[in-house]
Amino acid sequence: MYLIPSLIMFGCGVYGFITRKNMIAILISLELMLNSVDINFVVFNRFLYPEQLDGMFFALFAIAIAAAETAVAIAIIINVYRVAKKVDISEITKLKF
Amino acid sequence: MDSVGNLIIYAIAAIAIIAFSILAVTTKKILRSATYLLFTLLATAVIYFQMDYEFLGAVQIAVYAGGIVVLFVFAIMLTHKPGKDAEPLSSHKKWLGVSAAFAGAAVCAGALFSYGKFCCAKLLPDSGFDIKEIGSALLDTDKFGYLLPFEAISILLLACIIGGVVIARRR
Amino acid sequence: MAFDFSILVLAIPLFMFLFLGLVGVKMGKKITGVVGTIAMGVTLFVCYSIALTYFFGTDQGQMVNGVRQSILAYDWNWLTFTDKLVVKLGILLDPISAMMLIVISTISFLVHLFSLGYMSDEYGKPEKGFQRYYSFLALFTFSMLGLVVATNIFQMFIFFEMVGVSSYLLIGFYYTSPAAIHASKKAFIVTRLADLFFLVGIMILSYYTDTFDFNALMASPESALSSAHGQTFMGCSVMAWALTFIFIGGAGKSAMYPLHIWLPDAMEGPTPVSALIHAATMVVAGVFLVARLFPLYVLEQGAMNIVLVVGAFTALYAAAIACVQSDIKRALAFSTISQIAYMMTALAVSSNVGEGIHEGGLGYMASMFHLFTHAMFKALLFLCAGAIIHAVHSNENSHMHGLHKYMPITSIAFLIGCLAIAGIPPFAGFFSKDEILVACYEKSPLWGVWMAIVAGMTAFYMFRIYYLIFHWKKHEVKEGHHAPHDMQWTMTLPLIILAVISCVAGLIPFGNFVTVDGKALETHTNWPVAISSVCIALVGIGLATKMYYKENKLPAQLKSKFNGLWTAAYNRFYMDELYQFITHKIIFQKVCKPIAWFDRHIIDGTMNLLADMTTSASFAIRKLQSGSIQSYVLVYFLGAILLAAVTMVIVLI
Repeated sequence: MYLIPSLIMFGCGVYGFITRKNMIAILISLELMLNSVDINFVVFNRFLYPEQLDGMFFALFAIAIAAAETAVAIAIIINVYRVAKKVDISEITKLKF
Repeated sequence: MDSVGNLIIYAIAAIAIIAFSILAVTTKKILRSATYLLFTLLATAVIYFQMDYEFLGAVQIAVYAGGIVVLFVFAIMLTHKPGKDAEPLSSHKKWLGVSAAFAGAAVCAGALFSYGKFCCAKLLPDSGFDIKEIGSALLDTDKFGYLLPFEAISILLLACIIGGVVIARRR
Repeated sequence: MAFDFSILVLAIPLFMFLFLGLVGVKMGKKITGVVGTIAMGVTLFVCYSIALTYFFGTDQGQMVNGVRQSILAYDWNWLTFTDKLVVKLGILLDPISAMMLIVISTISFLVHLFSLGYMSDEYGKPEKGFQRYYSFLALFTFSMLGLVVATNIFQMFIFFEMVGVSSYLLIGFYYTSPAAIHASKKAFIVTRLADLFFLVGIMILSYYTDTFDFNALMASPESALSSAHGQTFMGCSVMAWALTFIFIGGAGKSAMYPLHIWLPDAMEGPTPVSALIHAATMVVAGVFLVARLFPLYVLEQGAMNIVLVVGAFTALYAAAIACVQSDIKRALAFSTISQIAYMMTALAVSSNVGEGIHEGGLGYMASMFHLFTHAMFKALLFLCAGAIIHAVHSNENSHMHGLHKYMPITSIAFLIGCLAIAGIPPFAGFFSKDEILVACYEKSPLWGVWMAIVAGMTAFYMFRIYYLIFHWKKHEVKEGHHAPHDMQWTMTLPLIILAVISCVAGLIPFGNFVTVDGKALETHTNWPVAISSVCIALVGIGLATKMYYKENKLPAQLKSKFNGLWTAAYNRFYMDELYQFITHKIIFQKVCKPIAWFDRHIIDGTMNLLADMTTSASFAIRKLQSGSIQSYVLVYFLGAILLAAVTMVIVLI
């Protein structure tokens, strides 16, 4: 039953990732998805193999990686914004083709 | 799931997660979206606490809520004029997104409910570990040791710091 | 081993080629020329010491029981493909290669010396490309020396190609003149075509005999031939085909009849080059090749008869053309063709006379002798022609006339050359030509008479050239030109040296040195033949004297009387036109055009069709790669869901 909020969170992430135009909003959706996966790891760990910590460590590393990824992505977004004055991905087409 | 108190806390956390997730991806103002994300992450932390993973919950709050969301807020401040709404989505794209999300959710839910025992599985008794165990497991090379991924993550973070500096540097 | 230093013969010219070619530009023109000449002098010295040690030394096993042995001074495995297929490089010393060493190094050195003057203008300033010229000369000398000392037929082929290349480079030395470019291309293509046959011949030969080595082939020519016993192709034995193909290769280099067309055009190159390459050394490579494989040819009469017919016909044909040419270098070129054909004929007739190879080898000996003497006096004639051309700046004999008064040394040297080639005793040509005639008579009187007629024509056309250059009428010094005069010592010295050699070379008892089997061959003067040949030569000279010594109307009258014949001969019996017709009208039009059409429309078309299809397909699916990450994710996610759903259905049902 802990998986239900996680499932809905993931669905929201997918929806946001596909529909939003703002790059930062897309990144937020991405975080939602990552987070729901973390929950899954932890839940499976806790309910199936409570004597081990593997799932928890997975979640731990996932958080660290998510932090790194967000930092780089935001750096890129700020850089793009500096050049193009936009954060809307449908308008940033300079590198296309 | 033993006590009613636990159940209530779980219900609040679950409802918060669901509600704030939906809000985070549907709101028009980007700063609000980031705030809703923060609430979602905090509710997640609550769930971790409830499952007796205090350390993970603390990391969740410190890194996610404290670090990443702040980063988002800074980025939003830097790139957006305050008070400006996002453009309305085209209905075509919106329906595509909604259908994809629902399709995914439906399949996962189908999988979930086909294994019915998960729905009301009992929380097994806590194995009882502390921070010390986590620390030694992180730096251990034994069977359940995580030294190698730990080091890999360290290098990733270093690379990420350098990358962030190089990319964001004003030329 | 006393012949260890023989490697220097190849090393010095190769080094000079690289050195002069790479560093020459930095060194200044004069120094380049002098350095090249001095290095050539060292090579000359080395060659002479090798040859003299070989011929006169006794301590190195050169002579065993009165038979000269061939000595393998060096033999390296160069490319080892399989156990049997090994390409070797090495140095082989035997009578003919030792003799060729002398010929090549002498002529090459004198040409180097002569070129110091020839390649400069009147004030002694060297021409443009002086360094390039000397480096190419060194390259040519290297390849030619490598050719004659080749230990195996494959090494010979390699150097055959290399002399072809250096000849191409030197003919096209004046690369700004279209005529020189065409001539060099023509020479290269014709000789290359012939070399293709040579290669095929080599392959057939070595396939059946399992060896490239001359020594192995020569040791038992009978077994070499019988190795392909019973194998026939189109009615002839395989070995006859192989030897014929190899002869075609030699014929290309030696300008035998159907492949002779490149040599007259090759005269577009600098005249000393003509003397070195196109008179003395490279053009006899074909003769040398046949002489190398002589024991095989002797046993294979079919191939030998082809050599005989081609040689004899070429001798007469070229002599006829030489009688009417007005360009002195071309006349000399045709004379060269004719004389080389003489050598070929001599090789060919020496086969089946007498009993056994020793007595029958007179023609072989005579051929090599003639090769030696001809190299000397033809180089002399060409260098004289070079001096004259340098003086009057023209190749046409109508611009010369009466130069005797102005250039006495050149005139006398030219006269000596003419006497030598005409076969007047005691000059060199008499002895060698006489022995060739004897060998021809022994084969059959028909060939004897035939070659005697050619000898008469030789005397006639040589003296015609001589008189037209040096007598005929007074030389008219053109306005604004200084009077022609003898050249500086670097140019006259080679003339004098060669003239002296031409006078005395005939007295060398050649039979003691160069014979088929290495045993000394006693030669006797065959008086009837000698007297008749001298008479014929004198008749030729007399006729030339009557027609051309003083200006008169006789040549013009004869010309109008035999107009058709004269024009045909002047135009070389339209051989070039025939080639032009065959290549352009038939090969290009009928064969190449359809092939080109096929290539352009079918082969290229197929490729273009594929390319066009790819292009249009990519245009069609271009929209898929929108660059929008959101659509990618959507598709990816839907795909993942689909897979999950399918898996679930399969698992649950």
